[in-house]
Amino acid sequence: MANYSTNEFKGGLKIMLDGEPCNILENEYVKPGKGQAFNRVKIRKLISGKVLEKTFRSGESVEGADVMDTELAYLYTDGEFYHFMNNDTFEQIAADEKALGDNKKWLVENDVCIITLWNGSPITVTPPNFVELEITETDPGLKGDTAGTGGKPATLSTGAVVRVPLFVQTGEVIRVDTRSGEYVSRAQK
Amino acid sequence: MRHVLFISNWCNPAFMSSWKPTTSHHARIARATMLKHIRQFFEDRHVLEVETPLLCHGTITDEHLDAFHTQYHFDRTGTPVSLYLQTSPEYAMKRLLCAESGAIYQICKAFRHEGEGRWHNPEFTMLEWYRPGFDHHALMEEVNALLMAVLHTEHADVMTYQQAFKEHLGVCPLDASHAMLLNKMAQIGININSPQTLSKDSVLQLLFSYAVEPHIGQARPCFIHAFPASQAALATINKNDSRVADRFEVYFKGAELANGFNELSNASEQRKRFHSDNEKRQANGQETKPVDEYFLDALSHGLPACAGVALGIDRLLMLQLGASSISDVINFPTHIA
Repeated sequence: MANYSTNEFKGGLKIMLDGEPCNILENEYVKPGKGQAFNRVKIRKLISGKVLEKTFRSGESVEGADVMDTELAYLYTDGEFYHFMNNDTFEQIAADEKALGDNKKWLVENDVCIITLWNGSPITVTPPNFVELEITETDPGLKGDTAGTGGKPATLSTGAVVRVPLFVQTGEVIRVDTRSGEYVSRAQK
Repeated sequence: MRHVLFISNWCNPAFMSSWKPTTSHHARIARATMLKHIRQFFEDRHVLEVETPLLCHGTITDEHLDAFHTQYHFDRTGTPVSLYLQTSPEYAMKRLLCAESGAIYQICKAFRHEGEGRWHNPEFTMLEWYRPGFDHHALMEEVNALLMAVLHTEHADVMTYQQAFKEHLGVCPLDASHAMLLNKMAQIGININSPQTLSKDSVLQLLFSYAVEPHIGQARPCFIHAFPASQAALATINKNDSRVADRFEVYFKGAELANGFNELSNASEQRKRFHSDNEKRQANGQETKPVDEYFLDALSHGLPACAGVALGIDRLLMLQLGASSISDVINFPTHIA
């Protein structure tokens, strides 16, 4: 993998830090009129998800990380691995529990997810921003409540728990924003 | 929805047509108006506007400043002559002072071979002026008057480099050892590879930019003076305290706005500093720079006691407009110039 010099730093660049692939979030060039130049960089570690600040001397170079995002459709899980497929080439790839993390509760068969690969192996799986899932369990709500104030917890088919308005019932399919974990609406039939 | 998409694409640099200026017309009018006000300010004070060359034989020796360099060799015979775009018009303006020009100012382009950033463009506009008969305290007062006139700021705060460090870091920058300062750096969470290889001045500058700068000059400009003697550049060393130099900087809302000196007039001391700069360059494996002999000759002839300051016009304009990037005030920043 190529090395990058600080003058190539920009948001989105993937570099290696402490043996872990990282994504540069922000890069600020700091240069006192009389003094050495530095780059103040905000970095997200892609495996641990940790965000940290790091300072580089300008001109320092760091190893690039072979990280790429690919869009793959979710197929199934065998209990240990989660299998995804490229809808164009039909190539399949398996991600482990660690790559899925908390996001496994948003996996819906055939939904296209963004799989981040490091040296060809999946390190993170990002589900679509919106998914539609069936409610498997929720308390029966009061009839006539349409305002949806307050709400109640509902368990979805994947095990995810979200707050839904009182009028939504078990067996209905709802639309959820996976970034916030919030109910959006009932699914369109 | 369509409309939102259009706006966000337009703001994305990747979608921006490369020939278009990065400024608004409003910013261009603000620049023209600001330059007019600055010229009026100096006319009222009988300071003469001058021009000096931007392309010169000599250049700066400072290990942390690099000039753009070209070869003057138009007829392809004989030895090519090295010429440098000036990082500031300082040497030539001091030659004018030595020729008894009296008080002078210049608004010109300056060039530095360094990165682009929120506050940085390799080609920028500088206002530089010199005041025979002023010391750096009198000049700070005049810089303050200019800021009040142009930016309508309140009267600035003034503190020494030492006071600023003690107040915000609880450490004395003049007496603390290199090791103590490195400790402080780790303590406030500055994460950098091999910190022990940083010079003491670089550690001081990192501490200053991380832990002092964000807390000073927020509501009104802040003048910091009496920098460590090791960061004197072209300033005199203080007569009463040889640990510090008669140098000041102006900070306002996160910008380093101006740098001023009580000007060193001793030619042999100046030559020594140039040589010591070049020795540092050699030790770092950087190429050494030719010393400006015209400038040293002028100093030997005699520079009147004076103070001088350089101020970044683009940054001044950013502050006036509340701009978040220097490209908002420079029509064609270097990457699209």
